Amino acid sequence: MFDVIVIGGGVVGGLILRELTKYHLNVCLLEKASDVSMGASKANSGIVHAGFDATPNSNKAKFNVLGNEMMEKVTGELGVKFRRNGSLVVAFSAEEIETLKELKARGEQNGVSGLEIISQERLREMEKNISDEALGALYAPTGGIVCPYELTIAAIGNAMDNGAKLETEFEVVKIVKNEECFVLSSSKGKTIEGKIVINAAGLQSGKIAALAGDSGIEIKGRKGEYILLDRESGDFVSHTLFFTPTKLGKGILVTQTEDGNILLGPTAEELENAGTDTSAQGLAFVIEKARKMCKNPPLFNTITSFAGVRAYSSKGDFIIEESKTVKGLIHCAGIESPGLTAAPAIAKFVVETLVGGSLRLIKNENFNGARTPDYFFKNLSTEEKNAIIARDPSYGKIVCRCEQITEGEILRAIRANPPARDIDGVKRRTRSGMGRCQGGFCQPYIAELIAKERGVSLEQVTKCGDGSELIMGVTK
Amino acid sequence: MKKNYDIVIIGGGPAGLAAAVAAYDNGVKDILILEREERLGGILNQCIHNGFGLTRFKESLSGPEYAARFIDEVQKRQIEVCTQTTVLALSKEKQVTVINSAQGVFTVQAKSVVLAMGCRERSRGALNVAGSRPAGIYSAGTAQKYVNIKGYLPGKRVVILGSGDIGLIMARRMTLEGAKVLAVCEIMPYSSGLKRNIAQCLDDFGIPLYLSHTITKIEGEKRVTGVVVSKVDENKRPIAGTEMHFDCDTVLFSVGLIPENELTKMAGIELSPKTRGAVVYQNRETDTDGVFACGNVLQVHDLVDFVSEEAEIAGKAAAQYVLNGAKVREEISVNTGNNISYVLPQKIDRNAGGQVKLFFRVTNTFKNCTITATSGGEVIAKRKKRIAVPGEMETLLLTEKTLAGINDEIVVSLEVDE
Amino acid sequence: MKKTLTCIECPLGCEIEVTMNGDEIVSIVGNGCLRGKAYAENEVTCPKRVVTSTVRAENGALVPVKTDAPVKKSEMFEIMQKINAVKVKLPVKIGDILLENISDGANLIATGNEE
Repeated sequence: MFDVIVIGGGVVGGLILRELTKYHLNVCLLEKASDVSMGASKANSGIVHAGFDATPNSNKAKFNVLGNEMMEKVTGELGVKFRRNGSLVVAFSAEEIETLKELKARGEQNGVSGLEIISQERLREMEKNISDEALGALYAPTGGIVCPYELTIAAIGNAMDNGAKLETEFEVVKIVKNEECFVLSSSKGKTIEGKIVINAAGLQSGKIAALAGDSGIEIKGRKGEYILLDRESGDFVSHTLFFTPTKLGKGILVTQTEDGNILLGPTAEELENAGTDTSAQGLAFVIEKARKMCKNPPLFNTITSFAGVRAYSSKGDFIIEESKTVKGLIHCAGIESPGLTAAPAIAKFVVETLVGGSLRLIKNENFNGARTPDYFFKNLSTEEKNAIIARDPSYGKIVCRCEQITEGEILRAIRANPPARDIDGVKRRTRSGMGRCQGGFCQPYIAELIAKERGVSLEQVTKCGDGSELIMGVTK
Repeated sequence: MKKNYDIVIIGGGPAGLAAAVAAYDNGVKDILILEREERLGGILNQCIHNGFGLTRFKESLSGPEYAARFIDEVQKRQIEVCTQTTVLALSKEKQVTVINSAQGVFTVQAKSVVLAMGCRERSRGALNVAGSRPAGIYSAGTAQKYVNIKGYLPGKRVVILGSGDIGLIMARRMTLEGAKVLAVCEIMPYSSGLKRNIAQCLDDFGIPLYLSHTITKIEGEKRVTGVVVSKVDENKRPIAGTEMHFDCDTVLFSVGLIPENELTKMAGIELSPKTRGAVVYQNRETDTDGVFACGNVLQVHDLVDFVSEEAEIAGKAAAQYVLNGAKVREEISVNTGNNISYVLPQKIDRNAGGQVKLFFRVTNTFKNCTITATSGGEVIAKRKKRIAVPGEMETLLLTEKTLAGINDEIVVSLEVDE
Repeated sequence: MKKTLTCIECPLGCEIEVTMNGDEIVSIVGNGCLRGKAYAENEVTCPKRVVTSTVRAENGALVPVKTDAPVKKSEMFEIMQKINAVKVKLPVKIGDILLENISDGANLIATGNEE
């Protein structure tokens, strides 16, 4: 029996899992997909928010500011790239300038440091491609960028290195609570037992709560579509550019990503059923807004478009609490933006306060929080590279030419925690296939590496789990 | 391995091979060819269909056969080849940093560099096609690799977007290997592929070609389950109400090729936004003395025969550079006029002597038209065409005598005859 | 009766118009060369194509192949079945006959060198 079971392999569940391994606890993460970081943590803006946006004293405000402060430490330990590139909320009218002042005051109340309203002149100095119509901006130097799936995978991998167990393709369909523990059953008939269950199931967290007998969590999905530009245009903007928020929300943003691409989006479309299709209207809207924010966005350098679904609660705030009706069930639900930023602080609070409220926490002296990133070779010195190639010649073979990723890194991603099992899993970990050719050159080779490492035939290799096999037969 | 070479050629495909042979035959023996794949030949290795070499060898060869002719020539000359070696960086000073498993990372100093890296396919992502992102979406070249090199069938019911030659060729290949190709859609009102490929790859198998149509939605969560195809108006916008649905498990994209100039950029060499390749003189020399470019890394060619021809120009010039050093140039620029999308070379050095063949593409389909090169208000070369299409590279020859008489910028344009 | 064909002999893709009187060819116009004329004559009587494909070598690698002469277009799929059944021993050199007389005297030959 596990001490704690976490449901949901997103950034919140992942960081909670890692936090749990800092103590002598037997813990397990359940994920319904074939890999971790497959929900909202796969496809969002990757922004570490400064914290001026949330309503003072809300969970969002509290965990946002705390999480922002923790980001250096957690990403540093996990080998995840993170940079405070600074955020700019851009105003296009006198009225919006007034809103910026309100935002600044709100941010200061939330404890955000360094906020400043800057002039049109200074804005133009900071962002050479900003629209001529932009009148000024709120500058938040603590705003940053991080890759959401890189952080999630690293957190779960590090937790596994420290003894946590991961069960993928475990879709919880039944939860029974008996005297001692919860018994969770999967759609494939597996069962697992745990004393405490943490509900970090994103879009499914309302359903998970209901399965456990708590009908008080209401979760909806909001779809956001994005367009990603080639690293070649990576210097188009350097800060994260937001429109001034309106009653309709934060609107789309234009930002550099931590990997040096330019990201445009997201749209915000209310959804009854989760779906991550992009639409012609959605992408056109993103383009229209990007053109309003900046002069001549280099759309000719588009390399892909995608969509993600953010889960939000009907209460408008994060729900981070023990269930009022089911003891031992802890909810982390409705974690929409700024959830990525807040996740390290949520994890700490959930483990120390909520889990600590029912279980005795004894420090695990053997906990090692460090993890080598899945891709790292490109940034080494020639001497370091040659030392590695001398030990392992597979690092001398470039497989993904666009991102310069070596065979050694791909093999490592297939073998390391949490193991990549399919093409998308390798892609999220190593960036191979994420460049301008979108895997056109390297996919067949990576498929062969996966087949060989996992001892399966090429026909069994998938893009993203069962049903997404790459090929449909042999020709002779 | 040596660390200094007279000429380093980046890429062992058709362009690199022909450049190496030409450089050797023009007096420079100290040559290194760098190739990232296991074998020489580049993309020709997966182009197992025939039709290559008609211009050059007067016979119809398959891609591997065409490549083998040049590989034989390289081997006969004992030109040094380094396969499974990727170039990581190129500097303006002609230092080439490479990586392979046997020797690790090291830098080679060249006197002259020939860029012959080829091109890549535009992907689905570049087009912002709406819908889901399941398995079963491939560029035509990736599908070609699965079928022809690996022996796998990527799908059984296929819709192809784009009527470029690779897409047409794959329509036939997939059909012969057991798949059903339901349709080829082309957003333009004309095909960018060769007419004979429409005849022998589509018509032979009864595969419909929908001109002025595009895929407006891809469906399927895990694997493609279907696509929506719509007719487009003259501005390439989908027309509501014209949607057709195809149940398919695979979508192939054959929507254009982009020269792979990451190394060129890294070296700070000037690129043309029109060709997305380097800006060159008629000897295919870039703005950096001693660095030459040829083949699809310079401009996307229709036929490999022309790639070889261009590579020979570059290879010969690289040898001359090594033997004679940089030249004092007298430069005339070459620019596009009406109805011309690009022209190459972009610069002519009058001191070089000899004739110059201009290569260019037209912007649209034109019937009964005249293509001219003018300089200082005078027509210096012209050619009448019954039909000119963007899919076919056009040429104009400027003789040595013509070039001797001009001092002003040269402009190439197309006008429809009255 | 008139038939319009696109010549496949070379990249020019000439449009050829063949005038027929029953099974008899009356005239061929539009071809740019003699190969085009021959193509048109065949095309209206018995269309033929060179078939290219691959065969599996014993070690699993693929060897590119073609028919060394055009074969009947109507028999392409039967010929493909024969090609798919071929297993070859390496090494193979360009021009090696891998299957004799695959159809009407045409042989299946290797178009790539494989060691």
